Amino acid sequence: MKSKAAGLPISYRLAVTSRSLAAVFGGYLLAAMASVCITLLLPVPRAEAVISGMMLSFLFYLVAFLWCFACRSAWQAWLGVLVPSLVLAMISGLAYWMKNP
Amino acid sequence: MKEGFRQAMAWLHTWTGLIFGWLLFAIFMTGTMSYFKEEISHWTQPEVPNRALDPAASLDLAQRYLQEHAPTAGSWFIELPNAREPALSVSWPKAGGGRRDFTSKTLDPATGAELQARETRGGNFFYRFHFQLEMPHPWGRWLSTFAAFIMLLGLVTGIITHKKIFKEFFTFRPGKGQRSWLDGHNAIGVLVLPFHLMISYSSLVIFMAMVMPASIIASYGDNTRGFFNDLFGGQSQVQAAGTAAPLLPLPQLYAKVQEQAPGANLAWVEVQNPGDQNARVRFARHAGDRIAHQRGGGWLFDGVNGTLEGGSQIEATPVLISGGMYGLHMGIFAGPWLRWLYFFFGLAGTAVIGTGLVMWLGKRQLKHAKSGTQPFELRLVEVLNIASMSGLLIGVAAFFWANRLLPIGLEGRADWETNCFFLLWALSLVHAMLRRGRRAWAEQLGFGALMWAGLPLLNGLTTGQGLNHSLAVGDWAMAGFDLTALASGLFLAWAASKMWRAPVVAAKRAPKAAPGKLIESEVN
Repeated sequence: MKSKAAGLPISYRLAVTSRSLAAVFGGYLLAAMASVCITLLLPVPRAEAVISGMMLSFLFYLVAFLWCFACRSAWQAWLGVLVPSLVLAMISGLAYWMKNP
Repeated sequence: MKEGFRQAMAWLHTWTGLIFGWLLFAIFMTGTMSYFKEEISHWTQPEVPNRALDPAASLDLAQRYLQEHAPTAGSWFIELPNAREPALSVSWPKAGGGRRDFTSKTLDPATGAELQARETRGGNFFYRFHFQLEMPHPWGRWLSTFAAFIMLLGLVTGIITHKKIFKEFFTFRPGKGQRSWLDGHNAIGVLVLPFHLMISYSSLVIFMAMVMPASIIASYGDNTRGFFNDLFGGQSQVQAAGTAAPLLPLPQLYAKVQEQAPGANLAWVEVQNPGDQNARVRFARHAGDRIAHQRGGGWLFDGVNGTLEGGSQIEATPVLISGGMYGLHMGIFAGPWLRWLYFFFGLAGTAVIGTGLVMWLGKRQLKHAKSGTQPFELRLVEVLNIASMSGLLIGVAAFFWANRLLPIGLEGRADWETNCFFLLWALSLVHAMLRRGRRAWAEQLGFGALMWAGLPLLNGLTTGQGLNHSLAVGDWAMAGFDLTALASGLFLAWAASKMWRAPVVAAKRAPKAAPGKLIESEVN
């Protein structure tokens, strides 16, 4: 990653853009899903569960962000944020359904 | 990014740091100043005299004033003076105005007379800029919160990158150009690491309900109000009954508060429906009385018969943690020593960001040192570095110069002060574009040094409350501001003198220095 910025191929630049989008938006989705999941599963009063979920969500965002730039390819970056988001969404859906049948 | 994990993290550290560095520098700088928000406000309104604190007497004066000037207002709001902010201010909603349209007056806390203080936003301007960036709501808050997240990311990627964190902590090689910058960046970063982690994570917690509302929606649906009511206790507005009844003297209610919590400091008092049968008086405790922030706390009284109608508060662990984060970030509880520590930690954070930006550029400029020309992107970063750092310092000083020099009665005076801030900041950008890099640094730092060091003099000449006066009467807020401005000026003068001298040509040494290589591989 020396400063040969001008000489970098377009595919590389697209891959970096894709990773950045995955990190910013995919990572946010993952963090939001994690916060919902924590909120719905924590066995404490409602307002406290919400606060805990929100506070912990940023750690998920952080890890998702790191993942998006640490993994081997841009495709992996997207998979790595979308698959866990989907799983968390399903768990949240289940928890929500059990609370409000 | 293609290589190992650590290289990928170094890459992320470098580029997120570059893109957000300029913004983060301004956020950290103004945030650091905000630890002395009250003192800055005091300096910018020298008309407000320092008086001995007597909350009961101040409340009595405020009540008399409001009774006379706003007897029909729907509510009164009284902000009490405290050790750091001597003004007693009263406000009430403007007749026929919007929800946030208030008339407010500043009173002398000893006599109750209206003070004609100059119109200024004072320390509040820098405080608001720190998290709203003078952008329309809510974009400024979103952007600054995201910048805080990038700061947290920068810290974590920095720790991962920096493998010999403790060994190199004791390594400082001054006068070695690029390597000294890296050592400084690392040493300051590690030394103040706990503060940095706390300050960036807590800023996310402060705005979490805005930036991460998914769990509120999942749990409360459309009823987001319900969430805040559960947390802070519903602050329902009592409707006026329409029958007149005299309001109890506020000092009497104040005495009841002191019975409940001896020694409690109060921040403000709100009276709903004054002069009505359904009058309510709310006393809010000063946030400095405890570390964890607590919203909606305090005491609510019936304003006619004086019965306490206090609200309950959740004190569960998550609430305490988030309130604690909030409290630690704001540092309102801090006494003078701790407050200075906060200030220096904040400066250290600013310095870490600044050294990082300088390093990014220095490293890349080395490669073009021989040819003497630099590519457009390096020149762009150079201009932005200069304008965002020395330019910001000039802009802040310009705000204070404007505060002393603009005519007192000028229409829209407070806005002109902030215009001067942005105008000088913009001019420094233009200047940086016109002059060559090192010369631009030297000239701007030198100009900044004059402006900052000149502030105490200007203050003495225009208000008669210069250092000779403030030190003699023990007005530490005023004296502290002047001395800090002087110290800043001296520091800038030192930095400018470094820049005037011929540059240390690190390029010649680079091939010889074997240990430098090792570090170079860590951060690129």
